[in-house]
Amino acid sequence: MRVLLVDDSCTMRNIQKRILNALGNMQFAEAGDGVEALKILFSTPEAFDLVLIDWNMPNMDGHSLVQRIREKDKTTPLIMCTTEAEKARVIDAIKAGVNNYVIKPFTPEMLIERVTTTLSKLKAAA
Amino acid sequence: METATHTQSARINPKIIVPFVDSVRRVFATMVGVQTTVQRPHLKALAAPTYDVSSIIGFSGDIVGSVIVSFQKEAAERLASAFAGMSITADMPDFPDAIGELANMIAGGAKKHLGTLASITVPSVVIGSGHVIARLSDVPCIVIPCQTPVGAFAVEISIKQIKPARSNQGGAQ
Ligand SMILES: [Mg+2]
Repeated sequence: MRVLLVDDSCTMRNIQKRILNALGNMQFAEAGDGVEALKILFSTPEAFDLVLIDWNMPNMDGHSLVQRIREKDKTTPLIMCTTEAEKARVIDAIKAGVNNYVIKPFTPEMLIERVTTTLSKLKAAA
Repeated sequence: METATHTQSARINPKIIVPFVDSVRRVFATMVGVQTTVQRPHLKALAAPTYDVSSIIGFSGDIVGSVIVSFQKEAAERLASAFAGMSITADMPDFPDAIGELANMIAGGAKKHLGTLASITVPSVVIGSGHVIARLSDVPCIVIPCQTPVGAFAVEISIKQIKPARSNQGGAQ
């Protein structure tokens, strides 16, 4: 599975990698902000199976990133993984086009559960 | 003396304290594996120094000001290591990154329960013993002292609401 991790904290990206490795056969790419993420997404010929996106980041935040991705790409699964937890924020993220939402702090089980249900829902719908 | 005590307790608003106390406990229990003991909050003198390592998060929107999470150096190293799942010392680039992300989660987790919609900045981290961080002079700074098995830290809250509470933000309805 090809996963792009977008978070300005490399500690957080490492934690996410360690947890998601439990799903087996993972390939990770990483970005520290929305601008870097867009570069990677639109210069990589092979599509990602999942993009995990933080909200609060320098240069381009996660909400703007989701909007920019969805202008061109309606299908890549996007999960917001953020400390932003207000109902209004979650609604904004869903409107922008995320498929699911994980609130920090999270346990390994929570992240795995959210990723696997998102991917299997999309698979079932396809 | 009586007046001073009265003023102090009047300015320590539980509606601000409780969300931060809950958030601190949740972040450290969930992602660091450490139980936090919270001591009695107090008001901070204007130029009193913080601990050795501080992460600053700015608030904007319906709330303005800043929140600082300040650690004793050894506590910071050990908590950052437990959070990251690898040994981290203060001279490594991962150190401010880990400390900043902990503060981001503490401030963000509390923000939901402040009853209004605010934005937070990405964290800045200051390292050096006895540093003093300037803050808004018209907003009292509430210190929540915290103890962990690996050392002390404090959450310093210096924020004020500039718009009335909204009813539809999920957290404090
Ligand atoms: Mg972030």
